[in-house]
Amino acid sequence: MTSDVAALIEAAGDGIDFDGLVVEDTAYGYRFETPAVSKRGIDTSELAALADGDPYVANWRYWVETVGGRGTARRAFLRWLEGADDATVGEGDAEDEGGHGEASDGAEHADADDANAEDADGETDDESDAVDARERLAALRDGGRVRTWGELRIRVRLGGAGGERVYDVRHRDDADADPRDLDTHRDPSDAHDLVKHDDRGRYRPLSTAPSLPHGWRFVDLDGGALVDTVDYVYPATVANWHREREGDLDVTHWRETADRQSGIYDLVSDLPTEALAWAAEACCVDSQCLKRREWDHDADTDLDVPRGDGEFPCREPCSLFVAAAREFTKLEREPEETREVTLSESEVEGLGDLVDAVAEDRVNDVREADLDDGANRYRVRYLRAKRGRRLGMD
Amino acid sequence: MQALVIAAHGSHLNPGSSEPTFAHAETIRAAGAFDEVREAFWKEEPSFREVLRTLESEEVYVVPLFVSEGYFTERVIPRELRLAEWDVSAWDSDGTDADHATLRATDVDKTVHYCGPVGTHDAMGDVIVERARSITEGRDLTDFGLAVVGHGTERNENSAKAIHYHADRLRRSGLFAEVRAVFMDEEPEVDDVATLFETDDVVVVPLFVADGFHTREDIPVDMGLTDDYRTGYDVPTAVDGVRIWYAGAVGTEPLVADVVLERAADAGADVADAIVAVRERTRSGSDASAEAATGRSR
Ligand code: SF4
Repeated sequence: MTSDVAALIEAAGDGIDFDGLVVEDTAYGYRFETPAVSKRGIDTSELAALADGDPYVANWRYWVETVGGRGTARRAFLRWLEGADDATVGEGDAEDEGGHGEASDGAEHADADDANAEDADGETDDESDAVDARERLAALRDGGRVRTWGELRIRVRLGGAGGERVYDVRHRDDADADPRDLDTHRDPSDAHDLVKHDDRGRYRPLSTAPSLPHGWRFVDLDGGALVDTVDYVYPATVANWHREREGDLDVTHWRETADRQSGIYDLVSDLPTEALAWAAEACCVDSQCLKRREWDHDADTDLDVPRGDGEFPCREPCSLFVAAAREFTKLEREPEETREVTLSESEVEGLGDLVDAVAEDRVNDVREADLDDGANRYRVRYLRAKRGRRLGMD
Repeated sequence: MQALVIAAHGSHLNPGSSEPTFAHAETIRAAGAFDEVREAFWKEEPSFREVLRTLESEEVYVVPLFVSEGYFTERVIPRELRLAEWDVSAWDSDGTDADHATLRATDVDKTVHYCGPVGTHDAMGDVIVERARSITEGRDLTDFGLAVVGHGTERNENSAKAIHYHADRLRRSGLFAEVRAVFMDEEPEVDDVATLFETDDVVVVPLFVADGFHTREDIPVDMGLTDDYRTGYDVPTAVDGVRIWYAGAVGTEPLVADVVLERAADAGADVADAIVAVRERTRSGSDASAEAATGRSR
């Protein structure tokens, strides 16, 4: 008798209803049902024979024992990865891999808006759930299932004969990269070094900036190691995502965050609301940060700035935002003056290009000899030579 | 389940700032005493605000990787962790002998044991000695002077207190011929370190958590080890006829992991085996025990 079977028989007394597997200990013997088998009134040895090597039993065991942690963010995330949370299957971001996984896409009937199926943790409510379970397991066996989390591409598949999963992670842009071109890692704590700098070697102070470096992969992770890896790359995103799904994300709005500050950040509470919106547009939109901004000025005063489409929420202005707000507050405190400046139309246009190029982090892409571009180095040097750093203003 | 959170400053600008935090966390993780070990930062992520919710453990030991008791350890960290009941009197400290406080955080269902910072734990004295030994490659230090370098008063007076505290204890230990506390922005200044000592050799150990601008650039230049920090300097470098053995930030010393564990142990964490394992791994295997010499007992 395998340990799966022993565990099943032990749990049968309380009844099992999980991912298509139903086991009951009734007055007329055991009931054992999976999408493939349906037996009633069987004795222990028949139950054991049926359960031995059964993929639904192995799957149940994986979730009950290996993953465990009912109600934890870790478990919810692992369920979500393989579309086993009922709710999010079919939201369209579960990519296929190499033509596999068709089956799971076929199951895209679930109500995508119903992002919070109450107990999404495995209970077989009706026939279609059982079908889901079958298709899901088939897809996991068959090349696996892929989801993205920020810029991460996470794949889960069944490893070996039992229900154990194997996870791997890489940059989503490296989806089709030859594994030989990627540095292979197995230890989650390698991740913090890996993601500390972007591809150009610049330090990344904001983990959710869309500048994740390429060229690496994590392989052969178990569920715990996978979540640890994700937590190194995007700290606390799984926890906050889970809170949001459970309907208890504790958003802290700017007003409260600003009022709490002390020391050198004390002054940020003076940032005007209008400037706060500019700051959010500067720092928090999807091109700068993959978190979906859920905070506003206060609960009643929304900022008219796109929140972003990210999977995981931003529940409070982060330290980088507060540090930026400090500088913006100082800027806003300065008096404005009307100044006279003499520039040609093309010079004004060129300055606009320059502002855009810096704001969009495009400066390094401007070609050396592309003098048409207002952000071209020679052109800007020419402007400085002609007008001076302050463009001729006193 | 029990978890350890190492709470550090981190930086938006200097990627090296959090390196020691990750290194010590890794050492402790490998020792296996905690179900979860997490780094948390003021300037990096996870933030103090959000670290507790990333843990599954119900018992959490928070150890600040800070040099002194003051603004960050007494105000910022407890506030950001939402330890609503926190009051600095719970540490019952005169600035250098914080203990721990057992509290609840308002956003999670956990017991938080908020510990004093590593910098003011007695075991930090052992780390300073360890640092001095490793930079001098195990020389006999009884003819050496030791300068413990601190920032100075700055935002809080306790920062100088912590430096004096360790300097006084190390002086009493007799491990060095002479021990002095010196500072970057108050007297006696680190600039004068070569003239402050009678000894021919002086080991200079900054009580800083990580190497950064101050320890890499300011202090070496101030002491006259080099005119330009980018060109580097020798260890030792002779300044005014005195050999200066500059050790760099003490916080990068692997033995700091031991101090983190000691803090957690003082707060009731069950980590005795891990402490032994971490010491074995991080101490430079010398026969003389710094612990015995500094008169510390467990
Ligand atoms: S405050 Fe803005 S920049 Fe910071 S994490 Fe949230 S969305 Fe991103």
